[in-house]
Amino acid sequence: MSRLEARRLVIDIPGRGDGRALDVCLEPGQVWGVLGPNGAGKTTLLHTLAGLRAPRSGQVRLDGRPLSGLGRRQVARRLGLVFQERHDGFPATVRETALIGRHPYLSPWQMEGAEELRLAEAALERLDLTHLAERLVGTLSGGERQRLAIATVLTQAPALWLADEPTNHLDLHHQTEVMALLAEEASAGRAVMMCLHDLNLAARWCSHLLLLYPDGEACWGSAETMLVPAALEALYGQRLATAWVDGAPVFVPAR
Amino acid sequence: MVALTRPLGGLALVALAALVLSLALGSVSLSPGEILAVLRGQGGPLAQTLILELRLPRSLSAFAVGGLLAVAGALMQVLLRNPLADPYVLGLSGGASVGALAAMLAGVGGLVVTGGAFAGALLSTLLVFGLAHGRGGWTPARLLLTGVVVAAGWGAVITLMLAVTPADRLPGMLYWLMGDLAYARAPWPPLALLLAVCLLVVPLGRSLNVLARGPLQAAALGVSVRRLEWGIYLGASALTAMAVTSAGSIGFVGLVVPHMLRLLLGNDQRLILPACALAGGSLLLLADTLARTVIAPEQLPVGVITALLGVPTFLYLLYRSQ
Repeated sequence: MSRLEARRLVIDIPGRGDGRALDVCLEPGQVWGVLGPNGAGKTTLLHTLAGLRAPRSGQVRLDGRPLSGLGRRQVARRLGLVFQERHDGFPATVRETALIGRHPYLSPWQMEGAEELRLAEAALERLDLTHLAERLVGTLSGGERQRLAIATVLTQAPALWLADEPTNHLDLHHQTEVMALLAEEASAGRAVMMCLHDLNLAARWCSHLLLLYPDGEACWGSAETMLVPAALEALYGQRLATAWVDGAPVFVPAR
Repeated sequence: MVALTRPLGGLALVALAALVLSLALGSVSLSPGEILAVLRGQGGPLAQTLILELRLPRSLSAFAVGGLLAVAGALMQVLLRNPLADPYVLGLSGGASVGALAAMLAGVGGLVVTGGAFAGALLSTLLVFGLAHGRGGWTPARLLLTGVVVAAGWGAVITLMLAVTPADRLPGMLYWLMGDLAYARAPWPPLALLLAVCLLVVPLGRSLNVLARGPLQAAALGVSVRRLEWGIYLGASALTAMAVTSAGSIGFVGLVVPHMLRLLLGNDQRLILPACALAGGSLLLLADTLARTVIAPEQLPVGVITALLGVPTFLYLLYRSQ
């Protein structure tokens, strides 16, 4: 179990004012959704929270200690990041790619052993990728690669998940599967924060929401307090119609 | 572990065979039995001189230089995540050549040429890295582009130097530019460096595998990216400088050997880097043996042979892998 805390955090987006400093705490069991239009800084926020970018001001603390003072290896044992963009360097198989999730746990002289392989296989199984294990990553479809990125973080087994649009490229069934997986992780005492573009997935699966506006303004809170149609309409500059299905609100663009 | 030891064992046998061949062939051919006798301290004085003073130092130098070039190329390719990168593309050998040719042009030889090559390689390293860094860190594309442009600049300087050189000094310079192991008489420094690097990359190998997937992904998986990248760049530069200093400018080994091995063995750097040391060494050793025997007593520039051997092999492997 770990907690990740943003204290008076202002992310560094060149040419933008400071907006509102974030005081957010990601606690075990919570599923946070970050909503906002394109360019609002969702990815920058996740990267800043993961310690991959320096904030303009404020601090990120992991289990009470400043993130900037922790070694990357220590951070990687507790915090995993699903990237929105992926770069293939050299060809690698699906299994090899999932296995690199164990990197933070292995000493320099250690080779991946049976235990690492077992964790990777279990993660591939969970994401319906077992039949592709021997395939080269470059030959996969966009959705399969997205699932592989999630399987790699599942192999990494962090207490904190930061996921940048985890449902990108996924078909309807796998979108639901991935959201269920993340919710399951949270209910097992881990915590998730993800950027989303789909309001309905956010309404259905997130316990907390952070709304990020293009000018740096922000508001956050529990999902039910944040899912106010007027606030969402202002966020996206898009009028919305709301319906209730299965006990959750469904938002569609109004005509 | 079996997956690592078998290919490396095979390559080690190839390297050993290449070494025996290079000791046996030449103006006077020797049998493996005679070579073994000399290495045990027996054999006639002619064979003693031939092997211990002439062929063995040159063979070991060729092996070490080939290994260094291949490992340096493989490291640069990981650093830039670009299969086209190698120390030559990045301008290191250009800088070294300018340094060495300047010394030759000034009419001094021996150690000054060596020192000039080393200084040129280091200058080029600092130039490329410093310029590519600019403000706000460097990206692989920018580093590669800076290297290519700096290399082109060195190329122009080399042409200029050749144009103003008196005709009697030209052959020596041309041979140096195409790689020449005839004066490589001190195999131990490059061999020691090669061994040290091979031992160092074993623990670093997995981090390099992760780095090959991009710096952000690597940082998210616990790699200290900036430190590792600097280490690779400076390390690969030192390997190149040592290789160029020993044997002049030999192209192609650093680009082709890592590629061939990746096509055959996959992309685990823990396997690829030591395999590069063995295969690069063997390739240059065989090429040098050919270079000094094909039209004996004349010698060919070894760089010509590496290219003539490497290009068709590489194209065949590439064609087959599709």
